Amino acid sequence: MMRPTRKHSGYWAFLAHRLSGLGLALFLPLHFLALGTAIQGAAKLNSFLEWTENPLAKFAEIILVILLSAHLTGGLRLLALEFLPWSERQKTWISIGAGISLAAGLAMLFNLI
Amino acid sequence: MKTLDVQVWRGDETGGFEKFEAPAQENQTVLDVVTWIQRNADPSLSYRFACRVGMCGSCAMTVNGRPRWTCRTHVSRVAKDGRLKIEPLLNLPVIKDLASDLKPFFDKWNAARGTFEAAIKREDPLVPISPDQPERAAANAAIECINCAVCYSACDMVGWKPSYLGPAALNRAWAAWNDVRNDNRLDVLKAVSDDAGCHNCHSHQSCSEHCPVGLNPTLSIAGLKRATSKALLKGNLK
Ligand code: SF4
Ligand code: SF4
Ligand code: FES
Repeated sequence: MMRPTRKHSGYWAFLAHRLSGLGLALFLPLHFLALGTAIQGAAKLNSFLEWTENPLAKFAEIILVILLSAHLTGGLRLLALEFLPWSERQKTWISIGAGISLAAGLAMLFNLI
Repeated sequence: MKTLDVQVWRGDETGGFEKFEAPAQENQTVLDVVTWIQRNADPSLSYRFACRVGMCGSCAMTVNGRPRWTCRTHVSRVAKDGRLKIEPLLNLPVIKDLASDLKPFFDKWNAARGTFEAAIKREDPLVPISPDQPERAAANAAIECINCAVCYSACDMVGWKPSYLGPAALNRAWAAWNDVRNDNRLDVLKAVSDDAGCHNCHSHQSCSEHCPVGLNPTLSIAGLKRATSKALLKGNLK
C-alpha cells in the first residue's frame, strides 16, 4: 500500500519521472545492441528493422515515446520548480507535463495504427 | 452512545497498538481523544501538548498514516468511519507511546545555522528594512514555523537518508539567508550545501503538502539550491 503521506500530485510526478527514467535506462542497452547489428552488415540491421514492424514492437515503441515525453516534461517541470520563482504549488505544471506526454503518445498511436 | 474505535501506539519502537473505545463527540479534536484516553482509560499513556491552539508545535502525531497537529485536527475530518490509528511521528526515535524524541530534529535545526547574528551593535543606528524588499518578503513567507516536525515526518528523503537536514531546518535557513541584518549569511549557505544539505531534496513536496501552517519548505529549499549554486560559481563557498 502507498504511504498516505505520498498521495499527492507532487509525489506522483516524482514517481512518473523516476520510473520513466529507469525504463529508459533499461531500453538504452537494447537500443545500442540494435544499432550494433549494423557492424555485421546492412542486411543484419535491415532484417532487425523489418522485425520491428510487428505489432508488439510497435506497441513497445508507443510506450517508449510516452516514457521519453514523460521524462522530458518531468525534467522541465523540475527545472521550472527549482530555477524559476514560483509561489503556488505547481500542480498545473504536473498536469501540463502529463498532458503533453499523453498527447505525444496518442499522436504516435494514431499515426501508427 | 456513539464510540470511536481508537488504536494507540504503546511502548517504544518495539511496541505495538492497543485498542481503546472512546466516546464520539459532535465536535472534538484528535488531541481531545488522546486526552480522554489518558484521563479515563489509562493514565500511563504518554504524549505531548502545551498550547492546544496551534501555536507551540508540540502535539504532532501520526494520525491514520499522516503526520498532523492533533490539537487542530478534527476527528470528523480524518476519521469518517469512526476509526483512528494514532502513532508517534515518523522518522524520529520513539521515547514512549506517542512521544517522539525530537533531539535529531532540533540538532539539525542548529546544524543548518538558522541562528540570527546581528551585524550591528545596540548603539548603532537601526538600518531601515522595507517590507517590500524581495529578501524580506521571502524571509516573511518562511518565518511562521512552529517547529512541529510534521514536515520532517512526512519527508521521504529524511527516511531514506537519516543525516539529511530536512525541510524545517532548511526552511529556517532560507529565512536566515534572506535576513539582510544577519551577519552569518554565508555560513548559512555553507552549512546547507554539504552532503546532508539542500541538494538532497527531490522536490516531492510532501513537506509543503502537510505543513499545518501552510508554509512551503520545498520553495525555500529550491531557493537555497539556487543561492548555493550561485555562491559556488562566484567562489564564495570555500
Ligand atoms: S520537497 Fe524536499 S524536503 Fe520536502 S518532502 Fe520532498 S524531499 Fe523532503
Ligand atoms: S515548516 Fe511547517 S510542518 Fe515543518 S516544522 Fe515548521 S510549521 Fe511544522
Ligand atoms: S498543542 Fe500546541 S500546537 Fe498543538
